[in-house]
Amino acid sequence: MFWQRRLYQHPEFKLGVRDLAPQAFGQIAWALMTGVALVKSGMSVFESVFMTLVVYAGSSQLAATPLIVAGAPAWVVLAAGFCVNLRFVVFSLHMRGYLMHLPRWPRIVTGYFNTDPTYVLFTRRFAHPGHTDEQRITQEAYLAGLSCANWTSWISCSLLGIALANAIPTSWGLGFAGILCLLGIQCSLASSRLRVLSAIVAGIVAVLAYALPLKLNIVFAILMAVFACLMAEQLKAAKERLA
Amino acid sequence: MSSTDLNVTDAWTLWVIVGLAIITAVTRSFFFLSNSEWHLPHWAQRGLQYAPIAALSAVVVPEIVMTQGQLIATWQDARIFAAVVGVAIYFAKRNVLLTIMLGMGVYLPLHLGLGW
Repeated sequence: MFWQRRLYQHPEFKLGVRDLAPQAFGQIAWALMTGVALVKSGMSVFESVFMTLVVYAGSSQLAATPLIVAGAPAWVVLAAGFCVNLRFVVFSLHMRGYLMHLPRWPRIVTGYFNTDPTYVLFTRRFAHPGHTDEQRITQEAYLAGLSCANWTSWISCSLLGIALANAIPTSWGLGFAGILCLLGIQCSLASSRLRVLSAIVAGIVAVLAYALPLKLNIVFAILMAVFACLMAEQLKAAKERLA
Repeated sequence: MSSTDLNVTDAWTLWVIVGLAIITAVTRSFFFLSNSEWHLPHWAQRGLQYAPIAALSAVVVPEIVMTQGQLIATWQDARIFAAVVGVAIYFAKRNVLLTIMLGMGVYLPLHLGLGW
């Protein structure tokens, strides 16, 4: 948790903030547009601000808002939020090894702040969970730096978007800067042929399965990509045994 | 909701928002909510190293090649050019910030100027 002195005074914290900076820049426009969309879809300014501050999940907010405004039953709104967030369930499986040494509540709070960019940048820097206390605190501090920078930039720009809701036309397409940023990070992860395969399979499946409701195409695409890579590993191993 | 009561806040909506916040916490910490010890099978541990790039690709690719749920049928789309330039810039300079700036430098003139 980034408000703890032992974390924000650690040198890795600064490194985390620095590594997240391009993402923070890229998502300025994206967060702005999310704020704009919340108000334009019919929520009150107070509701939009409250939602931005507590939910902290752009895609789930965008999926839930029209349902709330249409007066859908609460369980439908929450189920929609859960489905749109399913990719985070996959991330949590990955993060488990890095966080299990923490007590439960700090673990959950750390999880709450772990979004797409923080997860991706964290696992890029640390391929394996730490074993010593020193390694663990290093990893925790880095994650805290990422989370702090991401939270601050996302929340401030979303709030600004809510304030400017009637001044920024969505047709400008400024949100595309966020996609370009994710694209850049995606390229930085393409460090092996199997990872490139993973990206290709996930991209194709996500497009083909786009008609699935609630962005389930994303989770389906991740599962298919991981499956394809594991199969490719097996094939490669079998070939090497034969050779 | 009609446009006249846009700024009315109701308690039900606030409770649903609190529920969504809990969903955020639960989904993001799903596999470490419990304190019990268990270990991931080896194949799953290996498989997870392919998950981050897959997650990004699954989010990014449809945003570049689809419009309102349909695969785009034209090459006159600002996003395609911006993405190609962005990828080229990344591999040339290894710099995400530059990828965003030059990518938007291609996107905005095509999108706002030519309406692509």
